[in-house]
Order: sequence, then C-alpha cells, then structure tokens
Amino acid sequence: MSTKSNSPAAPEEFDPSRRSFLGSAAAAAGVALAPGVFLYGVGAANPADARGLDEAASGNVRWGILIDLNRCDSGCTECVTACSKENGLQGHGRPATDAQWIRKVDVRDPATGHSQSLPMMCQHCADPPCVDVCPTGASFKRADGIVLVDKHTCIGCRYCMSACPYKARSFVHEALEDQKTHAPRGKGTVESCTMCVHRIDDDRQPACVEACNDTGGGAMLFGDLNDPESEISKRVAKYATQQIRSDLGLDPGVRYQGL
Amino acid sequence: MKQIVYSEIDGRSTGFWILAAVLGAFALSGLLAALYMEHYGHYVTGMNNQIVWGMPHVFAIFLIVAASGALNVASIGTVFGKTLYKPLGRLSGLLALALLLGGLAVLVLDLGRPDRLIVAMTTYNFKSIFAWNIYLYVGFIVVVAVYLWLQMERRMNRYVKAAGMAAFLWRLVLTTGTGSIFGFLVAREAYDSAVMAPLFIAMSFSFGLAVYILVLIAACRGSERELGDVFVNRLGRLLGIFIAVVLYFTTVQHLTNLYAAEHVGVERFILIEGGIYTFLFWAIQVIAGGLIPMALLFRTPASGSGNAYSRIVLASALVIIGGFAQVYVIVIGGQAWPLTLFPGMEVSSSFYDGVINAYAPSLPEIGLGLGGIALSGLIVIFGIKVLRFLPATLATSSLDSQGH
Repeated sequence: MSTKSNSPAAPEEFDPSRRSFLGSAAAAAGVALAPGVFLYGVGAANPADARGLDEAASGNVRWGILIDLNRCDSGCTECVTACSKENGLQGHGRPATDAQWIRKVDVRDPATGHSQSLPMMCQHCADPPCVDVCPTGASFKRADGIVLVDKHTCIGCRYCMSACPYKARSFVHEALEDQKTHAPRGKGTVESCTMCVHRIDDDRQPACVEACNDTGGGAMLFGDLNDPESEISKRVAKYATQQIRSDLGLDPGVRYQGL
Repeated sequence: MKQIVYSEIDGRSTGFWILAAVLGAFALSGLLAALYMEHYGHYVTGMNNQIVWGMPHVFAIFLIVAASGALNVASIGTVFGKTLYKPLGRLSGLLALALLLGGLAVLVLDLGRPDRLIVAMTTYNFKSIFAWNIYLYVGFIVVVAVYLWLQMERRMNRYVKAAGMAAFLWRLVLTTGTGSIFGFLVAREAYDSAVMAPLFIAMSFSFGLAVYILVLIAACRGSERELGDVFVNRLGRLLGIFIAVVLYFTTVQHLTNLYAAEHVGVERFILIEGGIYTFLFWAIQVIAGGLIPMALLFRTPASGSGNAYSRIVLASALVIIGGFAQVYVIVIGGQAWPLTLFPGMEVSSSFYDGVINAYAPSLPEIGLGLGGIALSGLIVIFGIKVLRFLPATLATSSLDSQGH
C-alpha cells in the first residue's frame, strides 16, 4: 500500500528541513490549526535531504531497527519508559487494557535454561498482516516501511490485533488525557509503535533507540536498511541477525542480533 | 401442491404485544449497553488487549451464520424443487434478513467507533476479507429482499428460481467469508485453516435450521395455524443430518491440528486442559448440542406424533445452545491461547505473553448480544404481522401426494 500523499496533513510541522525556532513556531501553529492532523504523508527520502512539503515518503528508504541482545539487559526498561513518555502513553492501572507500544519480553529455552531479554514492538513488516486485514485501509504502510494506523479511518474493529503475530497493537479502551500533539491517539481506535515517525521525519532517532543508547545498554541501532552505507546495513551484512517469526514471510524491519 | 394461501398474522392479541414489549425492552437495553460501552470505553467490558473480540462477537457471528442457514429452507424449495418446502420459503427469507440485521447491529455497535460506520461503508481495502464481507452482507440483504419480492409478487413468480439460485450461491459465499475471517489469520494457531470456511457453512446449515424450526412452530402456535407433522418431521430429520455434518467438520478441524506437532499445544488446551473451553466443547457443543439432538431427531418416526414434535423442539433448542458454545470456543477460546512468538521457548512479559488469556463476559456485552437477538425477533414478528409471510395453513392435508 502506498503512502497517502493526498492526506489533509499540515506538513509544515514535520518538515525535516526546519530546525529553527521559527520552524518550531510554525509547527506549533500548524498543530493548533489542525489538531489530530495525520502524522504521515510526509517523510524524508533521505534525512540529509531537504525536500518539498508535498513530497511523500520515499520508497527508496526502508527504516529499520537492529537490536543486539548481548547488550539488552533483562532488568532494563529504558526503551519502554522513553516510548511512554514520548508518545504520552499513560496507564490506568489496568494492565489488561492499558496500551503498550513496546514491551520487554523474557525468552527462556526450557531445554537448556538459557534466557534472554528483548524489546518487542511493531516489527514494521514489509508485508504486514494488519494492513492486509484492515477493512478501511486505516492500517497502512508508508513507502519507507513504517506501519501506521490512520486514526481518522480506524473504526475500531480490532481485526488487525487478531492478525498481528507479534501482539504489537493495543486498543484504546478508555478516554485519553494530555495527549502529545505529535502522537495523536483516539479512544476506540487501535494503535501501535509508529517508530516515532514524527522524529524520523524530523531527522531524529526513535525515542526508544535514543534512550537505549543514552542510558540503556546501547543495544538498539536505527537506520536505513536500503542504504548500503548506513551503519545498520553494514551491521546486518556482517553479523547474523534474525527476524522474529521469519517463517511467516512477513519481512519485518526490526531485526535481532544474538537471538 | 395445492395453491398456497399466505396471510398476515392478526397481531392484536395481548400475547403478541407482551412479546413485542419484551423484545423491545431487550433491544433497548442492548442499545443502552452499547452507549455505555462507547461512553466509558471498552475497558468496562470483559474484552482487553488479549481477547479483542468478546461476547458481542459470539452473538453477532452466531446470528450472521444462522442467517445464511435460515435461508436454506427457501433454497430447498426453489433451487432443489422440493414441493414440501415451498410454503416455508417466505418465512425463511424473512428470518434470514432478521438474523443478519440483528447480528450486524451487534457487530457494528461493538466497534470502537460505531459512529464511523459510514467510513466502513465508503472506504475499502479490497485485500481485507472484512471489507469483502461488508459487500457480502449488504448484497445478501438486497438479494434476499428481491428473492422475497419475487416470491410474493405473483406476476414475478417465474423469476423465483433464478433468484433462489442467486441467493443460495450468495449465502454460500457469505458464510465462506465469515469463516475465512478466522481462516485467514495465519498467526493464530486455533484459526489458521481452510476448514474454517466449510465448517462455518455446516454450522450455518445447522444453526439456521434450528432457529427456523423454533420460529416456525412458535409463529404457527401463536397465530393458531395448523402445522402438520410432516413439515416438522421433515425439517427435524434434515436438522439431524446437518448436525452430523457439523460434527464431521469439527472432527476434521481438530484432527488436522492434532497431526501437526506445532499445534498440539492449542489442541490440548481446547480439548483437555482449557477449563471452561474444554467443558463448553465436550459437554455443550459436542454432547448436548450434537450427539443428544442427533439421537432425538433420528429416533423420530417419519409418520410423526406429538412426542416427536416436542423432541424436535428440544433438539432445535439444544442445537442453538450448542451452537453458541461452539462459536464461543472458536472465538474466545482461540484468542485465549497465546501467540507463539518464539516456537519452543518459554516467554513472559508485562503484556501477557506466553500465558492463557483470561476473559469474563460483562453484563453490557451480554446485554448487547441479547439486544441483537431481540432486534431479529422484532423484525420477524412485525414482518409476519404486516406482510404475508406465513401460509394460512400448513396442515398435512394442504399437501398433495406429489413431489415431496
């Protein structure tokens, strides 16, 4: 599915070329004028390149994350905390219905007793089942590989949640408060990790990756899997990495090293 | 077959209005339950991020599956030319529409954003089986409505056979679509199987006919119309065959899974260790809803008697109860089993990875589901009150010797 370049976005707020105060002010104005704007439909073909406001995300890019499990500590939840803070996810003390965009999963081999810990989130599949099953097309994949939910057309049927092999999606079970303008959510709709698309479009790294490298074990690496010169491409070329449930043939954009 | 005379029911008795009031009250409380869920959000229900489809889906799927099955009676009359079934055709069409509308109402009102129904009707992803189903449901309503009109408008009777064939094929595709909602879910071990489509078709035959038998008997009793044993017995024996077909596909469904080592876990869960799901599967679905009604029906003598009549009523009721259990085990039990993220590994997390997911139906969910049944009931009772769906008599003597 292609990017919806005809979406009524207010693109100026995510223009990656803007870095000035003026740009930020314009972004704030854009948010104020159009609350709940689409967060997709704009994307940097290459973070280094400035591009026109009406330019869609580029299919030449495949954003991905590589997670090195040798550096991921079982007790560390910096990525989870950063995600919640960045995207305004607040629990209501109801773990069965509270949203989780990223979680730490402990994996143990019962035959050997060997155990590992890893962060699990939307794997941003190249062939996402959530996109296939969505009746309205609200669940979609951007040209640069980021899988998102259009909060305006999601009817809350939850079929995508049934279809996702990674349990990556959450349904918003109750009213929301203090939402982040860059990560609009909606009661009665489904949501999941956006790979911090607002940051990527602003030439920054996803919050989980940043936190992991700042205060965590430095296990996460973000980059363009299509660019042979990117560090992530070099790493996946050099070391054995795995995609979770690769048997399903979905080609996730999140890879794990040392699994 | 003699000329069949159809007439509206009187519908002015105290009993009729009490029934209408009770159904109306249930329909209204279903609506209120939906408003309550939408206002507070789905956390007030038993559903959560693990069990994303709950009791409303059990009701909705039962009703939608039964809807396509209820139409079979009409199909047998027009498509397969069985004279005995012809007078039963109009009620069959009406019941199919009523059940579908009741089921769809529940399905839509349980959406996270039911106010966006118009989005669902106008924005399509054609790769989604859900989107196909929207066409199939709407199309079914149109096809059955036309089919009914052709049956009721004497000048158009010559087109009934063609319309009946179209409706029959449409309903097969529709139930294939409903079953494939589950069959296409590759990551869910309990679902991922092509057998879901024929299983759902078999279920529709059985559930739809059971509902039809009860509605036919109630309508004839309520309007003091004669209903010959020959009709009831024939429908009863047919129901017995349909039950056997459901049991057959259920056996294939589980045998196929049991043969694959990777699916043994989910099968052990449903068949042996699943607590409520295991109980519902064996005690309610297979024994009470399958073997017992089949025994009741096949012991019915063809000539018929008062005793046989009550046995058929009991068997039909058991099939419906067993059918609800079956849909519950498929929908809820299938989600209770956790996803396999790492085959062969033990997993744990704060998001219920690797554990059996818990679900307890809440009152609003059950209320919404019962509201859907009540809506179907209202459509039927007011349908037969204002239009000529029911034959004036279904006495055995209304049949001649040919064709049935």
